[in-house]
Amino acid sequence: MRRISLTVNGTRREVEVEPRELLVYVLRERLGLTGTNVGCDTSSCGACTVLVNGESVKSCTVLGVQADGLEITTIEGLAADGALHPVQQAFHEQHALQCGYCTPGMVMAAVSLLSEHPSPSEREIREALEGNLCRCTGYHNIVKAVQAAAGVA
Amino acid sequence: MATTEQETFVGRAIPRREDARLLTGRGTYVDNYTAPGLLHLVVVRSPHAHARIRKVDVSAALAADGVVAAYTGEDLKDAWPNGLPCIWPVSEDIKMPPHLPLAVDKARFVGDGVAVVIAESRAQAEDAAELVAVDYEVLPAVTDVEQAAGPGAPLVHDDVPENRCYTWSLSAGEVDKAFAEAKYTVRGRYRQQRLIPAAMEPRGVVCEISPATGDLTVITATQAPHIMRTAYTLVLGIPEAKTRVIAPDVGGGFGSKMDVYAEDMLVITCARRLNRSVKWIEGRSEGCLATIHGRDLIQEIELAADENGKVTAVRTHLTAAMGAYLQAVTPGIPLLGAWLYAGCYDAVAYDFHCTGIFTNTTPTDAYRGAGRPEATYAIERTMDKLAAATGKDPVEIRRLNFIREFPATIASGLEIDSGNYEAALDRALEVLDYEGVRAEQAARRESGATRQLGIGFSTYVEMCGLAPSRILGALKFGGGGWEAMTVRCLPTGTVQIVSGTSPHGQGHATTFSQIVADRLGVSVDDVEFLHGDTAVSQLGLDTYGSRSLPVGGVALWHATEKIIGKARKIAAHTLEVSEEDLEYSGGRFAVRGTDKGLTVKDASFLAWAAHNLPEGMEPGLTAQHVYDPPNFSWPGGCHVAVVEVDTQTGAVFLDRYVAVDDVGTVINPMIVEGQVHGGIAQGVAQALFEEAVYDADGNLVTGSLTNYLVPSAAELPSYELDRTETPSPTNPLGVKGVGETGTIASTPAVVNAVVDALSPYGITDIDMPASPERVWQALRGVAR
Amino acid sequence: MIPAPFDYEVAGSVDDAIRLLGEGEDAKLLAGGHSLLPLMKLRFARPTLLVDIGRLSDLAYVREAGDGIAIGALTRHHDLATSELLKEQCGILAYAAAQVGDPQVRHRGTIGGSAAHGDPASDLPTVLLALDAELVARGPDGERTIAAADFFRGFLETALGPREVLTEIRVPKLGGAGCSYVKFNRRAQDWATVAVAAIVSNGSAKVALTNMGPTPLRATGVEEAFAADGNPEAAASRAAEGTSPPSDTAGSADYRRHLATVLTRRALEKALAR
Repeated sequence: MRRISLTVNGTRREVEVEPRELLVYVLRERLGLTGTNVGCDTSSCGACTVLVNGESVKSCTVLGVQADGLEITTIEGLAADGALHPVQQAFHEQHALQCGYCTPGMVMAAVSLLSEHPSPSEREIREALEGNLCRCTGYHNIVKAVQAAAGVA
Repeated sequence: MATTEQETFVGRAIPRREDARLLTGRGTYVDNYTAPGLLHLVVVRSPHAHARIRKVDVSAALAADGVVAAYTGEDLKDAWPNGLPCIWPVSEDIKMPPHLPLAVDKARFVGDGVAVVIAESRAQAEDAAELVAVDYEVLPAVTDVEQAAGPGAPLVHDDVPENRCYTWSLSAGEVDKAFAEAKYTVRGRYRQQRLIPAAMEPRGVVCEISPATGDLTVITATQAPHIMRTAYTLVLGIPEAKTRVIAPDVGGGFGSKMDVYAEDMLVITCARRLNRSVKWIEGRSEGCLATIHGRDLIQEIELAADENGKVTAVRTHLTAAMGAYLQAVTPGIPLLGAWLYAGCYDAVAYDFHCTGIFTNTTPTDAYRGAGRPEATYAIERTMDKLAAATGKDPVEIRRLNFIREFPATIASGLEIDSGNYEAALDRALEVLDYEGVRAEQAARRESGATRQLGIGFSTYVEMCGLAPSRILGALKFGGGGWEAMTVRCLPTGTVQIVSGTSPHGQGHATTFSQIVADRLGVSVDDVEFLHGDTAVSQLGLDTYGSRSLPVGGVALWHATEKIIGKARKIAAHTLEVSEEDLEYSGGRFAVRGTDKGLTVKDASFLAWAAHNLPEGMEPGLTAQHVYDPPNFSWPGGCHVAVVEVDTQTGAVFLDRYVAVDDVGTVINPMIVEGQVHGGIAQGVAQALFEEAVYDADGNLVTGSLTNYLVPSAAELPSYELDRTETPSPTNPLGVKGVGETGTIASTPAVVNAVVDALSPYGITDIDMPASPERVWQALRGVAR
Repeated sequence: MIPAPFDYEVAGSVDDAIRLLGEGEDAKLLAGGHSLLPLMKLRFARPTLLVDIGRLSDLAYVREAGDGIAIGALTRHHDLATSELLKEQCGILAYAAAQVGDPQVRHRGTIGGSAAHGDPASDLPTVLLALDAELVARGPDGERTIAAADFFRGFLETALGPREVLTEIRVPKLGGAGCSYVKFNRRAQDWATVAVAAIVSNGSAKVALTNMGPTPLRATGVEEAFAADGNPEAAASRAAEGTSPPSDTAGSADYRRHLATVLTRRALEKALAR
């Protein structure tokens, strides 16, 4: 077991982990942050996307020990003072989620996109979400939501 | 109380009430559940498509760190004397071989479970599962449905000759005569490739046991908690009263999560043996093998038409893969399309035949649309062939053949209550700028552009809202098709809906609250929606087949009317007037011609206090209604795809997608559009991307999301949606259901567009998915 | 989907990493992890020791080095794609880096990891081959420089020794040369079915192919033909020469050979247009 220290959603957390534990399981099982979902085992679906030092990362493809000392933001840490983040708010208003399973990863991917590229075109949004699969929405409203959020974020 | 302008909700695009928890990472998906002492179960699966199991040795696994138990099929088989159920024995000749949660004698597909390992942690269980030693005698296997039906094929089940599970026929009118007299006959042969439903949440099950009573709580990623509770009893013999089933937040289903699965039985059985809570969470690659697949059938269809191009008869033959075993409704899936092979066209004679065939593959079962996308594909592809044969535009051939008078008894014998296919077609043409797109197509053909344009139509009708119980009974389906809803008015003004449907993304909490809020004159925020737990909602038949609104929603409407009826009696009694003197509007009973009145909320309190109720009236304001629809519901519409085909690489790009649907009355247009969007994406995925492929040894070579190509946003366009609204006359809400329309309509529109783009090259067909390589092969074939 | 157990050590320096690599029976370097961890999750790879070099931040850089550009092995795809220096002087590498995987992959995956993994379906090895890049490796016996043409030896096999660490990759400044990377896949996130890197200057072309054999391949026939008459179409018709592409669900070998010719022509035409 290794002792690692992460800053998760602004709070410093110390946990003991096995080297083989993936970051997503450290978050879900060691820290109780079950908002980040696992949708595949091949780094394909993006459901597990979190921000590491502000950038989108698939937390199923990072070992917990690799994240030692880094800053992690999960879906639970996005809303500030009870108000939804503009991307979350836009997902709600544009009906960009149905079953909700891909949603945390999709939202984090969109937040990362907008921080790098504040006013993307529709094509750029679609390409930036290439690593996040959704089976319910056909992506139409997700793209609309990211466009809407880009207007205010 | 003064009358104020009442806010109404039906017809409005209200953002969903479900969203807040899902957007903030507070969903309750089954993998989020934990319990003290929770054990983790892993299934050891056959790597062979067909093999005799000589010996399963779990001793090394048992000795591994953290392992609590490991069982073989032999160890557990007494727990399930009848095996897993198939509840739809469609014909007299059907063969229903035993299907055990763990194989005992033979493994019959890659992924068939042969043992389980249970350990303190998921990692330990995975480590130990590698130590289970199985001695297999590998046998010849067959995965292709036509090969399996052909001579000399290996037998999936020794006692099922020719791998034939069943034959089923439906015939009406003088088909042979129609074909003999036809001016035009056209035929199509289509392959509905095997699909993997791939809901984003893999399946999962947790079983907890009450130490005091032995009662079970099963938390499972299912579309159908009520059906599961009954199924657990049928398979495991546990009394229903001792089993509580919870469907928490469920991450999509698309039919794949309404099935009765081996792993539920394994988790429950092991939890009972060990008297500990047990959890199983499916891995994605595991799920590609262990969760049902969809489609996988060969369609042969023939149309007869008169000199004007008017269709007179349709003849269809299906060869449908069951997979290695029958899951809950496997044999019935191809038959859900049996009545629809003439589409929304006015044929008179009809012949349909289906043969179900076992193969050494994952079982097939319901996948979004279930039988109806296949039927729509066959008729819509073949209508384009008829258009070509008669020299007519695809639009004209459809317009010529539409059913126009309703109610309409269709050639296959069912009655369509309402529809207006031409209105949807006209609207679609307008949105599309049909002439403009055809002109662009002509210009590209003229210039010999590398990227050629194609336009494809699909005008469709579907039967959904599963379903009238008496019809299901006549079709030998094992259950009913009703739905149950309860409305409870609490004394302080909250209205509870206790729902028999089990949403997993469809937004019932919002839509159903809108219906009730309007009828009872409350805000949607005052409506609480309860579902997905058999301890809360005792009666229901769950969510599948676009049934929740046309069956469940209508049950809810009736239950609400019962509330109003009782509240009216309370109001009349309290206000000392006769019921006839009361006018009801916006949740308030007003005494005609006065300002006196009483609201449903007032009546709720009065009914609860029960100090002064009419003689003989029960206290409380609660009503249940169980609704069994008189007919299916019949959405229809027109979808149009515009594709570009790169004639050098074969790549197909979906440029535009226009969908005009008629789903009857719309309660929440935003949710309806969302359903259509998602359905279109899945249908497009079948047309262009997805295919489950087995190799010669029976291995699934598309066994993960790296090579089973669920498309992303980058591969799809925005969709252009519109609606026509022809309310259903058979239910008071006028609703028809929307969950499957997109999937049912879209696949043929896209493939028709691809074939249209390639038609100048003499190409008349392309197999699905229309991959770049298939398109290139087709082009190369004609170039030779 | 949990990797088999392994030991884990963090390297404090390249020398430390070289020392640690000598300690495990089957020790592997871990950089971004985006080639190795997916294999470990499916238990297709089972190293006994992972040596994490991901914290050697002094190996993450893109800087001018004489008439070339030096790139630290731990430079992430995202940083390649957004490097102004690369965009100006070696645009093909910046562009190809933006085609790797998806944004999340590009935020973690590194050029060194991609090169050292040696996957013929990867984008960057092909581009390095077309660029005649040099790869700098350090091991117990010191540092050596390996030409890209000698680096990719076989399927998932490179010239790196078991205790060597790839530290730097050197690519030329392209100046006025035209270049392009044309990638064909079914979905944006997928590996290339086939891709073609082309660099054209003064009537000669360097062309390399992705996923047309066990390693990235130089299309020497195309280069010869192009040098002869500068006709992209005629040159491209030789793209499949000497290749041995795989057959899989993304395409048959035949189809890949066809794609190689179509994409090579497009790559050459695009490079010429720049």
